[in-house]
Amino acid sequence: MKIAYYPGCSLDTTGIEFRLSTAYCASKLNLDLWELPGWNCCGASSAHSKDHLLSLALPARNLALAEKEGLDMAVPCAACYSRFKTVEAEVRQDEKVQQQVAHAIDMDYKATNNTRSLLEVFAGGVGLEQIESSVTKPLTGLKVACYYGCYLVRPPKLGHFDRAEDPQSMDNIISSLGGTPVDWPHKTECCGAGMITLSPNDGLPLSYEILRVAEICGAECLVTACPMCLMNLDLHQETINKKLKANFNLPVFYFTELMALAMGASPKEIGLNRHFVNPMPLVEKIGRRETA
Amino acid sequence: METVDLSATLSTAKEWKEKLQAAGIDLSSCYQCGKCTAGCPMASAMDYSPRQTVRLLQLGMADTALRSRTIWLCASCETCATRCPRDVDVAKMMDILRIEADRAGVAAVPSVPIFHKTFLESVENHGRVYEMELMMKFNMRTRKLFNNADLGPKMMQKGKLHFLAPKVDDGGAVRKIFARVRERRDG
Ligand code: SF4
Ligand code: SF4
Repeated sequence: MKIAYYPGCSLDTTGIEFRLSTAYCASKLNLDLWELPGWNCCGASSAHSKDHLLSLALPARNLALAEKEGLDMAVPCAACYSRFKTVEAEVRQDEKVQQQVAHAIDMDYKATNNTRSLLEVFAGGVGLEQIESSVTKPLTGLKVACYYGCYLVRPPKLGHFDRAEDPQSMDNIISSLGGTPVDWPHKTECCGAGMITLSPNDGLPLSYEILRVAEICGAECLVTACPMCLMNLDLHQETINKKLKANFNLPVFYFTELMALAMGASPKEIGLNRHFVNPMPLVEKIGRRETA
Repeated sequence: METVDLSATLSTAKEWKEKLQAAGIDLSSCYQCGKCTAGCPMASAMDYSPRQTVRLLQLGMADTALRSRTIWLCASCETCATRCPRDVDVAKMMDILRIEADRAGVAAVPSVPIFHKTFLESVENHGRVYEMELMMKFNMRTRKLFNNADLGPKMMQKGKLHFLAPKVDDGGAVRKIFARVRERRDG
């Protein structure tokens, strides 16, 4: 299966593990990810707070490049994904918008192709069966809180692949890897997004809540598909512990990292050493459970 | 108690009704049920809840909405837009208010629009975000020189922050997008 691939800015910096583990899984699952040459930033949450047309044009240029090749586009980062889905919907709905966007990017873009979140590509395209049959080191006994956050599922009118409340796709992947997704109520709560840095007193309690509830529900770790969520829950976990007098020690993974581990990747080749909350004690524990 | 002369704000109410209508948001659909506020993760930090912000616009009190902290504390999580039983896109309304407030220079939490401006400058200049430059410029512009100062080295140590700007082979396409958008906006 061949699909255009838009990694997004985070996957070269804060989300480098996401890039490494995605590449590993793609090669194991015969998924041909064709990285768009010269891709640009989607504008993130800044463009839509500044100028509506700019927030459409920046993602549209990338989609137009994929459309020219007749390809759908896979997007790992949940935040980028939501920007692409927004443009796609607006261009399909309104011819005037389509023309404005085409003029701004100086390219045709008719939204005949689809943006697909990498989670959807693996859970729905490649399929759970193939994932299950590629597992060599099952995540036996690992209790995982699948954290979807905001952008994979909201707002539903954009036509997402999973439901807006209580989504399932990541839970299904974890089950296919032999792990145990925990039942918990905070799958789609907001982590505080940019407010964690822009207004920490208001933002930090949101990530705190997610960690707290995951822990009470018995999770040993969280998984996500969003570099922003991961940064808030992983990099800022120490700050949360300090400022909100907590004592969390919950590793946070990209779902592709757990897939890669179960398919036999070494922790280092997929960047597990780059986490801030050290996941290695837990990873070693999975190994021991498996041999026990 | 503050009194508001609603006949005086009638024309503003009409102006905003039309402005939002053009973006697909029907203000008069809102029946003030409060479901948006109930699900909003930032509501407790806001000066006007999402429901109240809609009400301000219905009543023509746009100036109050534009000067609120609410619009800058909104994390764009889309919960309100997802759950509104009347299909009022409150998240998009927040975007429109932010854009207007910023252009009018009345942002109540200036650091947020400064962040967005700095972020977009980085995208315009490099095609992608150059995080190191973004962090340094933002801290300088908000005079929070030591804000999150420990994070930079921490990230660099893990190979998550680079000294050098990203190189994007886009043939200048991104700069041209910014130029065309600016041309269209300014006229
Ligand atoms: S949920 Fe919708 S109808 Fe209810 S108060 Fe909010 S905007 Fe109005
Ligand atoms: S998008 Fe903004 S206003 Fe709406 S629920 Fe999220 S934080 Fe609240």
